Amino acid sequence: MSAKTLYDKLWDDHVVHTEEDGSALIYIDRQLIHEVTSPQAFESLRLAGRAPWRTERNLAVADHNVPTTDRSAGIADPVSRLQVETLDKNCAEFGITEFGMTDLRQGIVHVVGPEQGATLPGMTVVCGDSHTSTHGASGALAFGIGTSEVEHALATQCLIQKKSKNFLIKVNGQASAGVTAKDIVLAIIGEIGTAGGNGYAIEFAGSAITDLSMEGRMTVCNMAIEAGARAGLIAVDDVTIDYYRDRPYSPKGEHWFMAERMWQKLHSDLDAIFDKVVEIDATIIKPQVTWGTSPEMVVPIDAEVPNPVDEFDAVKQQSMRNALDYMGLQAGQAITDIQIDKVFIGSCTNSRIEDMRAAAVMVEGKKIAANIKLALVVPGSGLVKQQAEQEGLDKIFISAGFEWREPGCSMCLAMNADKLTAGERCASTSNRNFEGRQGYGGRTHLVSPAMAAAAAIAGHFVDIRDWR
Amino acid sequence: MQAFKKITATVAPLDRANVDTDAIIPKQFLKSIRRAGFGPYLFDEWRYQDVGEPEMDCTNRPLNKDFVLNNPDYKGAEILLTRENFGCGSSREHAPWALEDYGFRAIIAPSFADIFYNNCFKNGLLPIVLPAEVVDGLFKEVTAGYQLTIDLEAQTIITPKGKVIGFEVDESRKYRLYNGLDDIALSLLQADKIKAYEAERAKRAPWLFA
Ligand code: SF4
Repeated sequence: MSAKTLYDKLWDDHVVHTEEDGSALIYIDRQLIHEVTSPQAFESLRLAGRAPWRTERNLAVADHNVPTTDRSAGIADPVSRLQVETLDKNCAEFGITEFGMTDLRQGIVHVVGPEQGATLPGMTVVCGDSHTSTHGASGALAFGIGTSEVEHALATQCLIQKKSKNFLIKVNGQASAGVTAKDIVLAIIGEIGTAGGNGYAIEFAGSAITDLSMEGRMTVCNMAIEAGARAGLIAVDDVTIDYYRDRPYSPKGEHWFMAERMWQKLHSDLDAIFDKVVEIDATIIKPQVTWGTSPEMVVPIDAEVPNPVDEFDAVKQQSMRNALDYMGLQAGQAITDIQIDKVFIGSCTNSRIEDMRAAAVMVEGKKIAANIKLALVVPGSGLVKQQAEQEGLDKIFISAGFEWREPGCSMCLAMNADKLTAGERCASTSNRNFEGRQGYGGRTHLVSPAMAAAAAIAGHFVDIRDWR
Repeated sequence: MQAFKKITATVAPLDRANVDTDAIIPKQFLKSIRRAGFGPYLFDEWRYQDVGEPEMDCTNRPLNKDFVLNNPDYKGAEILLTRENFGCGSSREHAPWALEDYGFRAIIAPSFADIFYNNCFKNGLLPIVLPAEVVDGLFKEVTAGYQLTIDLEAQTIITPKGKVIGFEVDESRKYRLYNGLDDIALSLLQADKIKAYEAERAKRAPWLFA
């Protein structure tokens, strides 16, 4: 038998049927559902008179539109409310488990899945959301799909897919203090570009990756899509297995031991062949800050805003000019001189307990700067929020001047009331700095939770390696 | 789904790389629970000078004159010509819905984001990948009313001067798009195979079937 990559193994394990042109019907073990990309899928299912193939393999949670302030009065915006109510109604009608807005387990779909053990190693996981790549951190094949495919997965428990190519990104060595999973993945995207992973499934490996906790690994895989790859993957090891022990939906008793034996094989064979390999030296990665309107427009904290004239490619040069214009920045400006208006700590990239802790350490006993109009901390789920409160992190944030909110997507994409107004500049721990992403005309700089927290205190970006 | 056979249509040049799904259809429009009606909000932030809201009547909104779709030269365009990595960002199918609802039938670019590319085929839209230099050549040729003929069966694009450019497309995607077929009905023809797979898998991974 020839050597296989982790991706090959997961793929082969789920093929139900292969077409002549190589496209395959692959089996889906878990579908996660949220309110934005599912209404039209349920509607078509209903119109066609079809029922879900296996109802219990679906799990739903509303996250994009939910308010992060007091929820007792419901959702004020009627359009948002209708979308969330439509999800409630559809789940009730089709018998799908949903964590409602007032359930303690409610949160961002990609935080909730692993936290509940609803997404496990060895599974195929899909969701009508591009950041489904997050779940690949546990050695699962997880990728985002469109609404037609949500309907397809509901109706058949399968999807028609073309196999991607294999891409290995090895991050060697040990990252220095102050350099987090977020900085590693931003540095990777800066290196290979936002289209670098198009057509590939990326496996992240190397000591800087295996040194990460499950939370950190999720941050890395979360942003695989920002490098153009539909799926990000990390091999299973003891960190993975320990994380999934005793989760509510994890296998129990004899099944746990069977699962553990099976999961231990979820790594690329030593002599497996990848279509593309990139090696990155973790020791030279510094804390990262994006300056433009694409995640690949990223530089280290001690750098300057780049100059378009240094770029040879005409199309890229024009993109840089557009970005500088939109962001209201000058080439040559020091990153540490950029003043910010708002700070957002949250999103499926960085809203897990570890992220909350990393941010809290930076602000303990300090106050946010006078020029900061709003500093938000939005935990990824009700359970993360509860845990953080047990550790007293909420008090640290509140006394520093941050607002401590209810879980949801919040200002990651500003579909609820949390947003930037035109021209406002934000240090954000989310994953996309596209034009208008955090509100019309808003300017987003992507950073790690510790960098965002420190920026809130200083009022501008600071190198956290010199903090205190 | 609308079948795609052969079209001859005007080309609109959108000279930008990395056009993301937030730009194609801004998130406030994702709150709709319907599938149709997104066309007036396609490229909303670039197309209009004010901020668009869902359900808004667009007939009297102030237009951004510099934006290609507001240029009378490209009125009625059904083919969008653009640069690399088109459709990057989110998985929202609202992006192809908006393009299709506006009237686009095909998009030509050096590369597309994977999820977006896949979503196009489910909505009667043909995404065509051509080498960057060929795309660049087309950008140089496009002027007012410039038309291309796209023939899916022959997998060719014919320019006004009669130049023929071939393109690649997967057989099964082509078959479905050409015939406007429903993927789910086709997959359900494999129901016995799906059941057999589940029975076999349940032995290896019983916790998934508990
Ligand atoms: S937190 Fe942001 S990126 Fe993540 S699922 Fe929500 S909107 Fe999408």
